[in-house]
Amino acid sequence: MMKKNIKYLAILALGLVACEPEFDNPIEESGIYTSGEADFSNFVALGNSLTAGFADGALYITGQENSYPNILSQQFAVAGGGEFTQPLMADNTGGALLGGNQILENRLVLVFDGVTPVGPARYTGAPATTDISTNLGGSFNNMGVPGAKSFHLVAPGYGNVAGVASGEANPYFARFASSATATVLGDAVAQSPTFFTLWIGNNDILSYATSGGVGVDQNVTGELDPTKYGPNDITNANTFAGVYKQILDAMTAGGAKGVVLNLPSVTSIPFFTTVPSKAVPLDADTAAFLNSQFEAYNTQILPGLVLAGLIKADEVAKRQINFVAGQNFVTITDESLTDISTAIQGAPFNVPAPQAAVLGQLRQATSEDLIPLTSVGNIGVDLSGDGTQVTGVSVPLGDADVLTTAEQKTIEDARVAFNATIAGLAAANGLALYDAAGDLAQAANGGIPFEGGVITSDFIAGGGFSLDGVHPTPRAHALVTNGILNAIEATYGASLPSVNPIDYGTVTASNEVN
Amino acid sequence: MRKLLLLVLFVSVTMVTYAGGYRVSIQGQRAMAMGHTGVAVINSAELVFFNPAGLVYLENKLNVSVGASGIFADVIFQNEENGVTSETDSSVGTPLNAYVSYQVNEWMSLGLGVYTPYGSEVTWPTDWAGSHLVNNIDLSAIFIQPVVSFKLSDHFSIGGGPIYVTGNVNFNRNASRTTTDIEGVRSNITVDDTGVTNWGWSIGAMFNPTKDFHVGFNYRSEIIIESEDGEATFANFPNSSAAPPNGTTSFTAELPLPAELTLGLSYQYKKWLFAFDYNRQFWEVYESLDLAFGNGQTSINPRNYKNSSVYRFGLQYDATEKITLRAGYYIDETPVQEGFFSPETPRNSSDGFSGGLSFAITPKLAIDASFFFLRFEEVDASYDFAGDGVPFSGTYESSAFGPGIGLTYKM
Repeated sequence: MMKKNIKYLAILALGLVACEPEFDNPIEESGIYTSGEADFSNFVALGNSLTAGFADGALYITGQENSYPNILSQQFAVAGGGEFTQPLMADNTGGALLGGNQILENRLVLVFDGVTPVGPARYTGAPATTDISTNLGGSFNNMGVPGAKSFHLVAPGYGNVAGVASGEANPYFARFASSATATVLGDAVAQSPTFFTLWIGNNDILSYATSGGVGVDQNVTGELDPTKYGPNDITNANTFAGVYKQILDAMTAGGAKGVVLNLPSVTSIPFFTTVPSKAVPLDADTAAFLNSQFEAYNTQILPGLVLAGLIKADEVAKRQINFVAGQNFVTITDESLTDISTAIQGAPFNVPAPQAAVLGQLRQATSEDLIPLTSVGNIGVDLSGDGTQVTGVSVPLGDADVLTTAEQKTIEDARVAFNATIAGLAAANGLALYDAAGDLAQAANGGIPFEGGVITSDFIAGGGFSLDGVHPTPRAHALVTNGILNAIEATYGASLPSVNPIDYGTVTASNEVN
Repeated sequence: MRKLLLLVLFVSVTMVTYAGGYRVSIQGQRAMAMGHTGVAVINSAELVFFNPAGLVYLENKLNVSVGASGIFADVIFQNEENGVTSETDSSVGTPLNAYVSYQVNEWMSLGLGVYTPYGSEVTWPTDWAGSHLVNNIDLSAIFIQPVVSFKLSDHFSIGGGPIYVTGNVNFNRNASRTTTDIEGVRSNITVDDTGVTNWGWSIGAMFNPTKDFHVGFNYRSEIIIESEDGEATFANFPNSSAAPPNGTTSFTAELPLPAELTLGLSYQYKKWLFAFDYNRQFWEVYESLDLAFGNGQTSINPRNYKNSSVYRFGLQYDATEKITLRAGYYIDETPVQEGFFSPETPRNSSDGFSGGLSFAITPKLAIDASFFFLRFEEVDASYDFAGDGVPFSGTYESSAFGPGIGLTYKM
């Protein structure tokens, strides 16, 4: 009897083993995901802050984890992708120290009053602990360096910690440059990538834009040597093309395939679209008083200058100053206007020097002029305390506080030229091209729908841009990831899983601010 | 040798017993081995649960049945579009049952039962793709029921009694698909309550057209578990006035344990006994799982279950004087409607196969063993009513099996 029982038990045990659930077509085994002609085993991402996962005005761990290269690597994992390493910061505060002094600011968080959003502020709940001088001791798959322009990727010493304080080197690259003379490109190539992404050139126009156009357009100067550029200059298109080709040649020399991303319009980002140029509220009495002050200027001086041949007739219309009860366009100094400050001090105008200086290149902004997000505090400031010297009204906003239509055209011309280079070199090298510019244009013009919502370029509420108004949210990184995946599938015949943007967050709330 | 072959056939061909939702139909080892039939089977004190009316027909004065099973359940999930896979931690549930009946006189028997007909234990990997619906849940309820059984004639009896329920729940899930604290840790809520009690009842009747043919009826009332003294823990919410504060608060919630009606019959032919049970489970009552928290937050989770049926077939064969073999099969319909498939109770329709045997150590004492296996169809399903309005969808496949052992004593 006992013997029989043992047999029963054996049969039962057999039954237990056979009970693990299994899919008819398990996605991990069935081969539905393939890399096509690409090889994702060693994926290296090259770029700037967008590639690094910089957001909310800082680089911090969760932002890095939600960077499009890191999300991509997770999708690659089911089609032969390997490990993907990143030079993670030390904390989620962002910000960084050099020699004990904080040289990079903490991240921004969204402050609420009750359930009403107030606005972004620097997070102070925990101190910044990343020390720039602590080199992480090796290269990483994510070679994105915040702040890098195209030519920085090939600049020796860009990661030399000794040059950080003087601004000659980049604090982020200093953390993982292989040597004081290393280049970003060199450290990327040394990893022998089998696949790469390249998204570079944004800062070649963005720094000019965010500075309000105070830099120089090197396309006008014809200067090709980037070592002679200021930080806010627009890179010469030929310099850009040369560097871009150099990068692609080096990255593809070992047979690697990859995706390049073009450059979205920088003027459609919330950094420029949030603060209205019609920003000055005036009551009827104040408007009338101001108009009386400008009456002679509008009706006599300007026509007089035309008669004198000093300005053209169309400038008269541009330079008219008129205030109304309600919201008014700010007054600005526009470098593209003829400087009349000297002429009007002479006869027959005889304007005193201080007023002449104000009127020199004065005009009221239009809805086409853009005010940087960071200039919001520079409008309506009562400098004299008695209401006679108010910025944006009696004291025009300076060059840095306005991106004029002329400056926007300068930027757009450069962007179009850069994108033509990117498209051309992508085609010449057989690389995939993701039209990031097209997607951002859609976000800014109606929005990009996804299951569960729409991403727009509206500041905070739109879900696409982090609290600095420039850099994407994790959700926008997810969209970029899907765009890149589509480009890879189309170019290399790969089949890859997409990501669900609803699974990625937007801005982070915290009231831990001083 | 022939007997052994027969046994192999029984054990390998028979299958068996969960039911839809969080009903766990393992209320007796002998019944379980026969596809969890029993409303019309006069066999043991398991009748306290299956049909108290039948107790009065038991041959012996005192009948005791105790048993326990181990349920090993696994659920796997995948979403092909997003390349996401997930698998629950192999959960081990341990439904228990203990029944005793005593024949007071010719026309009346008394009984007492302790059993665990509802429960759910599902543990997904923390922060998995569906973590805004559930990370883990552990639900259990113990039913304690005294019964009385009256013989109105040799052909007809009735029985029933009140049910005292004590339930426990522990449930954790993330606040949303994305909300985190500043460190990126997902904001989550845990609700926990133990010893939630309520009352219900059951009533049964048995009709015996002949000595070998029985027809049974049993109805168990719905019982609502009303949780009012539990604790909810909000964790890892951002430090913002727009987010609920971290820490513990109270909560209220209601979870229905639906009513169940069973109709069945059994027929004895020589050494063979055939049984059939039909269960109707009134899941319609489970419309929504709504939680109201002490901090003012609420969580509304539509369930919209429908009533469902289970069809059970059981067979028993007295192989030798000492060995009785059993087998069963059942079809278990899910109460979950399309668009309401939540990974917290990831159960679709299944086929159940069961088998088992009793071995009489002495004329009074027998060991009962049972085994069941549930075969689920792979299902593409979604839950479309999450707070964010975005369906959570994918392919699910489940398995559940459970060996059980018990003792039957009679004198």
